[in-house]
Amino acid sequence: ARSGALGQALLAVLGRDRLDEAAWEELEETLLQADLGLEPTTALLTELRTRLRVDGTRDPVAIRATLRELLLAQVDPTMDRTLATARREVDGTWLPATVLMVGVNGTGKTTTVGKLARLLVAQDQTVLLGAADTFRAAAADQLATWAQRVGVEVVRSDRDGADPASVAHDAVDRGVADGVDVVIIDTAGRLQNKAGLMDELGKIARVASRRAPITESLLVLDATTGQNGLRQARVFAEVAQLTGIVLTKLDGSAKGGIVVAVQRELGIPVKLVGLGEGPDDLAPFDPESFVDALLG
Amino acid sequence: MFASLSDRINAAVSSLRGRGRLSDADIAASISEIRRALLDADVALPVVRDFTATVRERAEAAELSKALNPAQQIVKIVHEELTRILGGQARELRFAKRPPTVFLLAGLQGAGKTTLAGKLGRWLTEQGHTPLLVAADLQRPNAVQQLQIVGQGAGVAVWAPEPGNGVGNPVEVARSGVAHAKEQFYDVVVVDTAGRLGVDAEMMQQAADIRDATQPDEILFVIDAMIGQDAVTTANAFAEGVGFTGVVLSKLDGDARGGAALSVASVTGVPVMFASTGEKVGDFERFHADRMASRILDMGDMLTLIEQA
Ligand SMILES: Nc1nc2c(ncn2[C@@H]2O[C@H](COP(=O)(O)OP(=O)(O)OP(=O)(O)O)[C@@H](O)[C@H]2O)c(=O)[nH]1
Ligand SMILES: Nc1nc2c(ncn2[C@@H]2O[C@H](COP(=O)(O)OP(=O)(O)OP(=O)(O)O)[C@@H](O)[C@H]2O)c(=O)[nH]1
Ligand SMILES: [Mg+2]
Ligand SMILES: [Mg+2]
Repeated sequence: ARSGALGQALLAVLGRDRLDEAAWEELEETLLQADLGLEPTTALLTELRTRLRVDGTRDPVAIRATLRELLLAQVDPTMDRTLATARREVDGTWLPATVLMVGVNGTGKTTTVGKLARLLVAQDQTVLLGAADTFRAAAADQLATWAQRVGVEVVRSDRDGADPASVAHDAVDRGVADGVDVVIIDTAGRLQNKAGLMDELGKIARVASRRAPITESLLVLDATTGQNGLRQARVFAEVAQLTGIVLTKLDGSAKGGIVVAVQRELGIPVKLVGLGEGPDDLAPFDPESFVDALLG
Repeated sequence: MFASLSDRINAAVSSLRGRGRLSDADIAASISEIRRALLDADVALPVVRDFTATVRERAEAAELSKALNPAQQIVKIVHEELTRILGGQARELRFAKRPPTVFLLAGLQGAGKTTLAGKLGRWLTEQGHTPLLVAADLQRPNAVQQLQIVGQGAGVAVWAPEPGNGVGNPVEVARSGVAHAKEQFYDVVVVDTAGRLGVDAEMMQQAADIRDATQPDEILFVIDAMIGQDAVTTANAFAEGVGFTGVVLSKLDGDARGGAALSVASVTGVPVMFASTGEKVGDFERFHADRMASRILDMGDMLTLIEQA
């Protein structure tokens, strides 16, 4: 996430000796440009106005610091962003942690499965992948390539169009039998307004959790996504009981500001960020650097 | 939960004032609602600014209509302006005088290029052409195989001399694809390329090299209808880096308002030519500017009223 344009704009606005209406408007526009959304932006600026009135601050540097502080509060650094990936013993049997990867088409689910597997393997965990996207052309092969790349195995169906829920089930089953630490299940992209596909996802989640509970249900959100991201999160949260968000493609020019509204409304923390197409391009979400990137 | 724009303008515009012009207060209140609606639809800020200025100008100049109330009249102006920009230079695809015609697909990662290649292939076949799809994405894992399966589903031939997954030179594959088409009398070549970011100079250069090697008749920029404010930055980066002659808006079967269409069309002046509306090979249609205008502003109901007036 390059481009200090927003930061420069902010400084330009704040550098004036008086914050006139035009300056406020510019400030609003710079926040909107990061896909923060009109409502959160308005709320934030109202708060900033109040704070400035109370503090009586004129100093642009102090004003910028206040804005940063308010933004950071919106992103909420106190949220628990750890991943539940430890296996646990239930009635004498070791059950793997199960991670379900969900989201709309093309956001980076399969890639994130690969990267996450790499991360876990590096932490000496054993990982098994489940190819529950049986729909998109070569989806299972794409996942298998990732599996090979990061040195883990993948459970897949031998035919296209197989029931994705049963593949997910088989993957968890095999994970239990093999005593792996984590099973990561890749699912097909689906738009949240497609009721049939969302029902299918609900079924995948139900069937996959028969043997062992799903410990992480991650919504993969593309950083370029605009206001539709909130609708995505609402519907997926309901169908797949989301526990976290992965914000991908942050290596581009988009800032991913929509996650601010998503976290605020749904209380689901962003846990990971995608920073490229390589196996190591996955990092924990850091509220401070996210906000700094927003501010340029 | 969201009132449509026409409802909100209706609420904002105080009443019939019975004068010769729309009142300044009504115009101001409407402009603020229009701005909100455009931003909610992810229309890029600079475009919102230009657009509202134009609408304001037209509204101020407009004679009050007998058939329409002031709110309806403003909605009508908005819709006309939107349709004008979106449909601006609507035209047919350009085919080469001497085949093969080359269409090059470009766009961000995951935008829908490979899927579109299959859809275009099927559509071209239905139009009586003999297309060839070229697998020049050698980067994304199993992109070549994906295109092969997509081609098979569409009943279209695929040129895939390299396995991909990092192996092979995409510029060479594109070049040999065009040569192969010439030899085998395919009359249209659709080149699928890897997704790339606007900020990735090296990958953008590769796209330019593929362009130079294939001399495409159309370069189609594929963009996801869900994209937000980044649409303009990215469109400008592609316009500068590789250039494009047409836009395809993908994933329009979703519930995104699709403000990107307006952003890209108005900033680059390049027309949106097609809409991708699903994952299946037949989910592909011509772009309809008027439908898109209603979608962006969510004002279908009001338009029916206006049309009846
Ligand atoms: N630049 C960049 N590209 C990414 C990132 N994550 C994924 N991609 C690319 O985005 C494209 C789509 O990624 P996939 O992992 O196939 O996405 P998906 O969500 O599994 O897609 P579907 O299964 O088709 O819905 C690929 O070209 C990836 O290489 C990222 O963090 N940065
Ligand atoms: N619902 C819907 N899904 C689409 C549409 N177009 C493409 N997709 C899906 O979006 C995802 C990405 O599509 P691809 O065709 O692989 O995108 P791409 O641009 O080739 O991706 P990269 O090669 O990784 O850059 C896949 O899951 C497709 O099935 C569309 O119009 N509607
Ligand atoms: Mg996938
Ligand atoms: Mg592709």
